[in-house]
Amino acid sequence: MKREKSESTLYDQVAAIPGGERLKLCLQCGTCGGSCPSGPDMDHTPREIFAMLMAGKREEVLKSNTFWFCVSCYYCTVRCPQQIPITAIMYQLKHIAAGEKKYTTDFTAFSQTFINMVENFGRGFELGLATQFYLTNRPLAAVGMMPMALGMLTRGRMALLPTRIKDLNGLKAVLRKAKQIARQRDREAGVRA
Amino acid sequence: MKYAYYPGCSLEKNAAAYGESFTAVADVLAQELVEIPDWNCCGATEYFSLDPLPAYALLARNLALVPKGLTDLVAPCSACYLNLYKTEHHMAERPQLNRDVNTALAEANLSYKPGTVHVRHALDILVKDVGCEAIAAHVKQPLRGLRLVPYYGCLVVRPGGLGSYDPEYPDALDRLLEALGATVVDFPLKAACCGGHMPQINPETAYGLIYELIASAASREADAIVTLCPMCQLNLDVYQAQANDHFGTHHSMPVLYFTQMMGLAFGLSPQAMGFGQEFVSAQPLLDKLASPPPPPEEEPKKKPQRSKKALPMPSLR
Amino acid sequence: MKTGVYICHCGSNIAGTVDVAEVARWAGELENVAVARDYKFMCSSTGQELIEKDIRELGVDRVVVASCSPHMHEPTFRGACERAGVNPYMFEMANIREHCSWVHTDKAEATKKAKALVAAAVGRVTRHQPLMEKRAPVNKNTLIVGGGVAGIQAALEIANAGYHVYLVEREPSLGGHMAQLDKTFPTLDCSACILTPRMFDAGNHPNITLLSYSEVEKVSGYIGNFKATIRKKARYVNEELCTGCGVCTEKCPKQIVDEVFEAGLGYRKAVYRPFPQAVPKYPVIDRENCTFFQKGTCKACQKFCPTGAIDFNQQDTLLEVEIGNIILATGYDLFDARRIPQYGYGHFPNVFTSLEFERMTNAAGPTEGKVVLRDGATTPKTVGIVHCVGSRDQNYNEYCSKVCCMYSLKFAHMVHEKAHAEVYNFYIDMRTPGKGYEEFYHRLMDEGNHFVRGRVAAIAEATRYGEPEGKLIVQVEDTLIGEQRRIPVDMVILSAGLEPRHDAQGVARKFGISCSHEGWFIEKHPKLDPIATMTDGVFIAGCAQGPRDIPETVAQGAAAAARVLSIIDKGEVLVEAATALVNEMSCTGCQQCIPTCPYTAIEYLADKQKAHVVEALCKGCGTCTAACPSKSISLRHFNDGQLLAEMFGAMEAMFELEVA
Repeated sequence: MKREKSESTLYDQVAAIPGGERLKLCLQCGTCGGSCPSGPDMDHTPREIFAMLMAGKREEVLKSNTFWFCVSCYYCTVRCPQQIPITAIMYQLKHIAAGEKKYTTDFTAFSQTFINMVENFGRGFELGLATQFYLTNRPLAAVGMMPMALGMLTRGRMALLPTRIKDLNGLKAVLRKAKQIARQRDREAGVRA
Repeated sequence: MKYAYYPGCSLEKNAAAYGESFTAVADVLAQELVEIPDWNCCGATEYFSLDPLPAYALLARNLALVPKGLTDLVAPCSACYLNLYKTEHHMAERPQLNRDVNTALAEANLSYKPGTVHVRHALDILVKDVGCEAIAAHVKQPLRGLRLVPYYGCLVVRPGGLGSYDPEYPDALDRLLEALGATVVDFPLKAACCGGHMPQINPETAYGLIYELIASAASREADAIVTLCPMCQLNLDVYQAQANDHFGTHHSMPVLYFTQMMGLAFGLSPQAMGFGQEFVSAQPLLDKLASPPPPPEEEPKKKPQRSKKALPMPSLR
Repeated sequence: MKTGVYICHCGSNIAGTVDVAEVARWAGELENVAVARDYKFMCSSTGQELIEKDIRELGVDRVVVASCSPHMHEPTFRGACERAGVNPYMFEMANIREHCSWVHTDKAEATKKAKALVAAAVGRVTRHQPLMEKRAPVNKNTLIVGGGVAGIQAALEIANAGYHVYLVEREPSLGGHMAQLDKTFPTLDCSACILTPRMFDAGNHPNITLLSYSEVEKVSGYIGNFKATIRKKARYVNEELCTGCGVCTEKCPKQIVDEVFEAGLGYRKAVYRPFPQAVPKYPVIDRENCTFFQKGTCKACQKFCPTGAIDFNQQDTLLEVEIGNIILATGYDLFDARRIPQYGYGHFPNVFTSLEFERMTNAAGPTEGKVVLRDGATTPKTVGIVHCVGSRDQNYNEYCSKVCCMYSLKFAHMVHEKAHAEVYNFYIDMRTPGKGYEEFYHRLMDEGNHFVRGRVAAIAEATRYGEPEGKLIVQVEDTLIGEQRRIPVDMVILSAGLEPRHDAQGVARKFGISCSHEGWFIEKHPKLDPIATMTDGVFIAGCAQGPRDIPETVAQGAAAAARVLSIIDKGEVLVEAATALVNEMSCTGCQQCIPTCPYTAIEYLADKQKAHVVEALCKGCGTCTAACPSKSISLRHFNDGQLLAEMFGAMEAMFELEVA
């Protein structure tokens, strides 16, 4: 499959990941879309996304919900007859779309909230994650979660307070530096993030 | 053997049953677990979704904190396992990533040289290092009569690496459960996806996947689904009621960790193995185990007598 | 000594990068060069005439052509020399295309390199000696390995021309995979109906010695003069006495699954004939499953045989044959669908492979031609046919197996006809290029077949909420509408791909040919010589070379036969002249050279205590020459003087060109 020269930037950014150059080998066979557990709920199947990438449909690709629905089950990756690293490509698309704030679902909010917990405590904090995410994004759904939350608490499966690691400052410094380098690498790759 | 132990956030509370049973079982099998001091969260699937380099750095900090002299790290949670494994391998294969991560780690006076630590999953060390024969030797109370579904989930078998399990039809857990004396149910969905974080993000997708696994196990008259990942256990156990509601069904399928089953077979107490923490009660299973052995006729159902016309099935060899 | 040098332009292939006129001018000033020309296409008749004219008129007695690779045109220019009366070995070629113009872009540097290559050739050719190619007679017998349709076709062509053939087949009967098929696309002829007359002819032809249930153990020799050792495995049935009545099979109490002919879908006895039309008609006792051989009891076949033809004491026999040519037509193996667990083969009863389904639809098969589920009784209402199983897949086989789209369409037709079921074909592309193939595809569309463009992701049970219980689910992305579908079917047929025989590497080694990395036999040239191999006298035909359909296989069998007949007709072969020669004065008889020879062409003369090269077997590879510790072996046309002259020619030129 050939790609249009005019709008090839997104394709190049995606193909830049290790193994990503195999994307041009796509047969459009549909094994990925066929294997995907959340395939029926995506607006475009992974295969369609690849066709759109080849055709230079930058905005449509970044605005689609496809990669946000990816559960990292890796079925597509192990089954692709051309051994394209599809799951890794999905992560790269998430990275680019998040950086450009082009997403149209609230799934990024979930990821961002999770990350906030980790950066504030060094460990995950489910109660914090759930309350912040649901109350901010899906307040009505929060009510439906109550019975389950109670069940978790009574069985001792949910902590009421977060656990902090000792060297939280060290972790924060590491992450700060990593982000700084990440922004530089993104610039080098032409990714706006 | 001595391992660096990475429990992961789930094993602290949500999957405490896994953590308790795994450490107890490791003790019985004389495997020493040294918890990595001050380990941090692995980032699950969320960190990589937004920013890959900090995600690798977050994980590499744990590798850097592995006490000197320990070459193998064991992570019971499949997501933690895959994330640490990926970090280890990608740092080894990609020099620039290695440099960038180590530059970041230096901010906390840490460093990690790829190749120092082998990242392993709990199932892996038990089946490969200890071996099913040695496990069988420790069985005091065989799980005879229990029909168990071995459920691997995704991340321990896919994408996979050198010497790992078949990505579609693995059998390591099957063999381990057999070694415990249980009847292992042949389960085509054994490596199917539980939905991951979908119950929080898009419940409809999740309920369909959860329902499929529960119903499939139930149709095979399983006594429990045995899993090796806290995410899978959470989805299939905690969300089982909501999946039932969604479809109007009434399944009651206990979902337990394989180390809990090992603990039971080793004669350890159910409470110590975390029984009682599950939403869908495993009491029927415990009762079945405690009751007298079933009469011989009821033992593994005989396949219906093949008619003379029936065509032979290919052997799986 | 008068050397003629000819620089070819090869259109723009060489002239585009090398200044050919300048090279010719420069070459004209080299020592011993009488004439140097450049010309657009040296290989053309006018080009060759240039050489011939200079030989006749100017007395040129050594020729250098600077053009393409010797693989392409060395014979062409040697021929020109010979026609004009110069020994063909007084010719040398300088490769200034593949070694120069095709691999460099800098014109100045490439021209310098071309000059050096020409100087090397000019230096070398001054040391050439005239050599005579020897002739060896050709044995008129032919060995054909493989009794499928390719082997049978080749055997009949040669036998009908009046020459003798040994036809070796490792199964108890001729027929190969084609005998297992029911109908053949696109005409839907009954396979057995068209094949069995040929099988019968091959089995009864006065010029064909059929060695069934046999395998070739050893091969030695060279084109025109091969020797082969063939093991005739013991059938434990005396062919002189056996009438083929079949009572032994009837009475045999041991029934086992027939993994070979019935593809695991049916049964056979321990004493059996693979199928009713087997050629030869004699049954065979399968030792590993025979109660007598395993436990010492039974012997029912012997008790009931009316002619006393059962002989438990029969031994394998070894037969030594002398042949002139060999044709390998060993066929293919089907891809093992168990390697793709997500398709459910071996787990779900109602998933079948293509060969299993062929046996099912075959009227002489385990279900008497009825299309039924694994229970042997229920007719399916919906059938899914999965294309590209194990093919077009980097995880298994990268290549396309060529025939599966067509046989999948054929299956769809058979299912309509026999079970009146609804049929889905799940494909990536529809590959129907042969004569009548596209029309066959249209016919299937006309019959109301469902075509879903999507490579099947998995075959599952109907466990999702609301799915019809007991059905198999084909999970696939229908790429033409961009949606994942879960389609319930009763039966799944996996169109498995073709693979090389799993022992192909060993067979290739035995006959001295090569296999590709996948295991297919390698042809001499993929376009211009698909039935020959790099080993003279050994030819290949049919699926052993790669996946193909029956028309192509038959054509190849006939082509291989034609090639063999032309060699037999000529009656003699030219033996390579550039062979090794042992200097018996200095040879110490250490025998170190003998194991180095890949062609087993060196023998040890015990009486003289010297090594001796059998010229007819020697291919002039030079390994022994390099190995000999006392430098007692020289290689004609590649002796030290010639090689050093070539090197010095190049080095002197490079020095001069760099300095200048």
